[in-house]
Amino acid sequence: MNAENRLTAPSVPMRGPTPVSGKPSKLKKLLHKDGTWAFLLLLPNILGFLAFTLIPVFASFALSFTAWDMLSPMQWVGLSNYTQLANDETFIKVFWNTIYFAGVSVPAGIVISLFLAVALDQNIRFKKFYRAAFFLPVVSSMVAVAVVWQFIYNPEYGMMNFFLDKIGIRGPDWLTSTVWAMPAVIITSVWKNLGFNMLIYLAGLQGISEDYYEAADIDGARWHQKFLFITVPLLSPTTFFVTVMSFISSFQVFDTVFLMTQGGPARSTSVIVHYLYENAFKYFSMGYASAMAYILFFMVLVITLIQFWRQQKWGIH
Amino acid sequence: MKQIRVFKVTAHLVLLAGALTMILPFIWTVSTSLKQLKEVFVFPPTLFGERIQWENYLQISERFPFDIYFLNSLKITIIVVIAQLITSSMAGFVFARLRFRYRELLFGLYLATMMVPAQVVMIPNFIIMRHYNLIDTHYSLILPALVSAFGTFLLRQFFLTIPASLEDAAKIDGCTPFGVYWRIFVPLSKPAMATLGVFVFMGIWNDFLAPLVYINSQMKMTLPLGLASMQGMYGTDWPVLMAGTVISIIPLITIFLLAQDFFIKGVTLSGLKGE
Repeated sequence: MNAENRLTAPSVPMRGPTPVSGKPSKLKKLLHKDGTWAFLLLLPNILGFLAFTLIPVFASFALSFTAWDMLSPMQWVGLSNYTQLANDETFIKVFWNTIYFAGVSVPAGIVISLFLAVALDQNIRFKKFYRAAFFLPVVSSMVAVAVVWQFIYNPEYGMMNFFLDKIGIRGPDWLTSTVWAMPAVIITSVWKNLGFNMLIYLAGLQGISEDYYEAADIDGARWHQKFLFITVPLLSPTTFFVTVMSFISSFQVFDTVFLMTQGGPARSTSVIVHYLYENAFKYFSMGYASAMAYILFFMVLVITLIQFWRQQKWGIH
Repeated sequence: MKQIRVFKVTAHLVLLAGALTMILPFIWTVSTSLKQLKEVFVFPPTLFGERIQWENYLQISERFPFDIYFLNSLKITIIVVIAQLITSSMAGFVFARLRFRYRELLFGLYLATMMVPAQVVMIPNFIIMRHYNLIDTHYSLILPALVSAFGTFLLRQFFLTIPASLEDAAKIDGCTPFGVYWRIFVPLSKPAMATLGVFVFMGIWNDFLAPLVYINSQMKMTLPLGLASMQGMYGTDWPVLMAGTVISIIPLITIFLLAQDFFIKGVTLSGLKGE
C-alpha cells in the first residue's frame, strides 16, 4: 500500500501550505492511510459512545454503592443498597412479577408466532395482507395500544368481555383485579409483539430446504409429523434467538405496565423497571435505583451468556 | 393432494382469525372516535353511531396541541435518523474495511454495549442532562441517540458483502479511504440505509420512556407522551381519547404501508444478530 502511495503522490500537484522541511507528500500520504480515516470516521461514534454509554455504565455501577438524592451530598454506603434490595418486600414482589410476565409472555408469544409463520409460509393468497395485519401492532406506539386495550378490557362495555359473554363466560374486571391484571397486560404485550417474532420465524423458514419435505412426502409423512420432526428441529436456532431476545426485552418491560395499570392494583403488575423508575424519578433515590439497574443488567447478562454458550455448541459463527 | 388442500384451508382459517384479532382493535378505535360518548356504553357494541362525530377530532385538537406534538416528534425523529445513518455508516465502514490496530477489540467492545439495558445508562444520563440544564429540552432526547451500536453493526454486516475489487480499482486511481466510503459504499448501500432508517424512525417515533423522563412542558412533548398526558386528563371520555389515538398512530401506519418491505427487511436483518 505504501508503495502505491509513493507512486501516485508525486504526480499530483500539491495544494495548501507546504511544511518547510518535511517531504511534500506528507499530508497526502496521511490522507491515504487507513488509520487516519479510521480515527476521523470513528470520532463521532467514540465521543457519543463514551459520553452516553461507556462512562454511564461505570457511573451507575459506582452510584449503586452510594445513597444520593441529587440534593444532599453523595454518601458511600458500600453494599447496603444490594442488601436492602434483598430484604425489600416490594422489590421481591416486582422481581417475581417480572419473572411471571416473562415466563408466560415469552413462551406464549413464541408458540403462537411459530404457528402463524408456518401457516403464512405456504404458497398462500393474501400473504402480503396477512403480513401487514400482523405487523400493524408492532409499528403502533405502546401508548396508543395501551389506550385501546384499556378500553377493550373495560368490564362493562369492553370488547373482551363482550366476546367472552358470547361463549358463555363471565369475564373478570380485568385491570382492577389483582389476579387478572397481569394476564391482561401479558395478553396485550403478546398481541403487540406477535408480528415481530413471526417475521423472524418466516426468515428462518426460508432457510429450510424443500428437500426435507419432499423426502418426507415420499415416506408418506403427515403434516403434523413434518411439522414436529422437520420444521421445529430445523428452526431451533431461530427459536433460540427469538427466545433470548424476547426474554431480554420482557425483563425490561415498562411502557405496557406503566400505561395500562400504573403497576397496580396493589402492585400486582409492578415490574423491576417500573419500581426502578419510581425510585429514580419520583423519589430520586439514585443509588438504590442504580443497584436495581445492575440487578437487571445481571439478569440480561446471564441470558446473553447462555446464548453465546449455545451458539458455540451448535457451531454457529 | 387432499392433505395439502386441508392444510391450506386450515392455514387460511388460522391466519384470518389472527388477522382479525390484530385489526379489530384498530377498527374499533376508529369507530369509537366517531361516536358520541353515550353510544360507547351501548351493549352490544355497534360499529357506527347514529351520526359521525367529526367534532371529537376538533375538540381534541383544540384542547391539545397535536400539531405541536407532531412537529416535535417529526423534528426529533428526522434529526436522529439522519445522524444515525451518517455515524453508523461511517463506523460500519471503518469496522468492515479499514485496517488498524485494536480494530477487533474496539468492535467487540462496541457490540458488547448492545446488551446493556437502557435503564443502566438512564440514571447517569439524567444526571448529565440535569448538570448541563438540558432537562425539558429536545437535546436530552437527541444527543444520546446520535450514535448507535446496532446501526453500526447492521451496516458493517452489509458492507462486508460489497466485493473488494471495486475499492481496489478506486484505490489504484488514487482514491482515499474516505473517497471509497463516500463514492462507493454510500451509493451502493442505499437499500440497507433505508432499512436502518425506517427501523430507527419507528423506534424514536414511538419512544415513551425517554420523553417521560426528560420532558415536562406540554409544548415540548412528543406524540406518545402527549397522548399519555391526554389520557390522564380525559380519563374515560373514550371518543375524544380515541380521536387522539387515531391522530397519533396515523403517521407511522401510513409510512409502514408505503414502505412495508423496508420494515420487513429491517426485522429480518435484526434477526441476523443471532445467526
